[in-house]
Amino acid sequence: MSDSSFSYHSLRRRPNLRSSITGQVSESARGMSRILLQRVARGGAAASSFRHLQNVTRAYSSAAKEMTVRDALNSALDEEMAADPRVFLMGEEVGEYQGAYKISKGLLEKYGPERVIDTPITEAGFAGIGVGAAYKGLRPIVEFMTFNFAMQAIDQVINSAGKSNYMSAGQLPVSIVFRGPNGAAAGVGAQHSQCYAAWYSSCPGLKVLSPYSSEDARGLLKAAIRDPDPVVFLEHELVYGDSFPVSAEALDPNFCLPIGKAKIEQQGKDVTITAFSRMVGYALKAAEVLAKEGISAEVINLLSIRPLDRATINESVRKTNRLVTVEEGFPQHGVGAEICASVVEESFEYLDAPVERIANADVPMPYATNLERMAVPQVEDIVRAAKRACYRSVPMAATA
Amino acid sequence: MFTAQLSKNASRCAALLRPLKASLTSQLGRPFSSSVADDTTSLTIETSVPFISSVIDPPSRSAETTPKELLSFFRSMAVMRRMEIAAGSLHEAKLIREFCHLYVGQEAIAVGMEAAITRNDNLITSYRDHCIYLARSGELVAAFAEMIGRKDGCSGGKSGSMHFYKKDGGFYGGHGIVDAQIPLGCGLAFAQKYLKEDNVTFTLYGDGTANQGQWFEALNMAELWDLPAVFVCENNHYGMGTADRRATKSTAYYKRGDYVPGLKILFIKATVHPRLITLS
Repeated sequence: MSDSSFSYHSLRRRPNLRSSITGQVSESARGMSRILLQRVARGGAAASSFRHLQNVTRAYSSAAKEMTVRDALNSALDEEMAADPRVFLMGEEVGEYQGAYKISKGLLEKYGPERVIDTPITEAGFAGIGVGAAYKGLRPIVEFMTFNFAMQAIDQVINSAGKSNYMSAGQLPVSIVFRGPNGAAAGVGAQHSQCYAAWYSSCPGLKVLSPYSSEDARGLLKAAIRDPDPVVFLEHELVYGDSFPVSAEALDPNFCLPIGKAKIEQQGKDVTITAFSRMVGYALKAAEVLAKEGISAEVINLLSIRPLDRATINESVRKTNRLVTVEEGFPQHGVGAEICASVVEESFEYLDAPVERIANADVPMPYATNLERMAVPQVEDIVRAAKRACYRSVPMAATA
Repeated sequence: MFTAQLSKNASRCAALLRPLKASLTSQLGRPFSSSVADDTTSLTIETSVPFISSVIDPPSRSAETTPKELLSFFRSMAVMRRMEIAAGSLHEAKLIREFCHLYVGQEAIAVGMEAAITRNDNLITSYRDHCIYLARSGELVAAFAEMIGRKDGCSGGKSGSMHFYKKDGGFYGGHGIVDAQIPLGCGLAFAQKYLKEDNVTFTLYGDGTANQGQWFEALNMAELWDLPAVFVCENNHYGMGTADRRATKSTAYYKRGDYVPGLKILFIKATVHPRLITLS
């Protein structure tokens, strides 16, 4: 994987090509342009007036290509299926419907019904079929329409896929990817909104990845498909349509991100904020708000929930001495709980404040918009928690 | 099929099998005759019990075999029986921990299937897998070592009685969660079709398992995609401790496929004659 690590490290040296080239763009302006670009990508009344600004900033960048997360995933699937005939895609609506969220658009026409397979609504059945095919050396990609439905198949994911390599003393490695949207969509109610990162990440034998940007999506999905172990790949429905800049390296067909390595989205020195998937965007926005108040936040995009990049997290906490973990899952036994334990075990003397956890409210996801907004972590919650960690705020009520 | 392995482990197995040979000799009234063991004259044997079928014509009750083949079947089944009895004793002595599911009485299924299929066909079952492992060219000592949790076990001592595997013998386990093996078996069949292998996957399960949901899901997809899968229900009339009539509304398990058009089902009662007729 030497090519991929080179690519990754070159990305890390240049986290944002625009600012490195212009040199003068401030952090808040850079973040502002990112928000503007996202608004532009979604269209709307303000889009046209922002396009001028977009063109101005784009002129300074050499990596001008933008890509939605949806297209990034689609291109990764396409390239991996072209490269390896053992790779096939299976799931509900992946073929003729072009994908429930259009992630697999065009793949049926390109690869045929033998490699892009529409399944009946039988998660346990087709997850098991995927694992059985992997026993014989094929490389299935099993799509769950959301990971809420994957609970029907969780025995196959954990007991058949996750444990077979160990139980068979290496005779049956399972090179499979289970992918699909995870976490809260908008207004879909309690049974369709849960984040399962903590569930799968507690299981030895599985790898669990969760991308944020388009480059993350491409690099991690390719790495997952090429990995010999079962990978649970947690996407996010509300990020599929978001557009991000992609570098030339990321467009290379062999671009892979290393599994087990977190990415520091933004350097800082006062407080570390860890997040994954959609919450990375929220953490970055919170960092901008905090910057205005003189708090410099370091934002870590976990990318890999299992294996967790404890080294990067601890190194960051040893620098900033304060930690806020952000996740969409429920608080008890969540990803933040594991990160907190890891930091307490390895960097206790470096902590200047208790670790703050931001998670979904400990309640089944409500349907009403205002209630849902209160249940899902918001930028204000992250800002409040960071300020608490920095002893900058007065203790507030329970919802703080 | 067994003699090659036994001669390889002769020194270790001799102690295990000495009582077997002595008892068989006394029952037969004469020592084992090498002429019978090598006799390849053709015999025609009729099954004692007729086949019952649904949606398919039952196969013929008579089959061609030779004394040599019959004796090898008997030897295999006898070794399996002795192994299971020994395993039962070890389990009572607490040398085999927790789960130890015995195949006593079902040996004919394993031996009969093996006689009709090849190493390139795949086989998968639930946790009652000791004898299937042996039938698929597994080693007796490796089986016992695994049950007792030693590193010479077939899974390195890491899985125990329920998770024997022999990939080079076409045996894909050994699965503790009953009914999980049915979609897995369909996946093996799916891969055989994908890779254009001209082989079949046999998925074994029990009467207790036949009520679980994944069975129906897998059956539907197997027929929908025309997978080369054969489902074998080993009906011992008990799901753990519960008799089948207390757990199942219709114990005619062979009729369940009636709801899936195109599926052909065969009901073979446990029989002295172990030949299995493969379905095309």
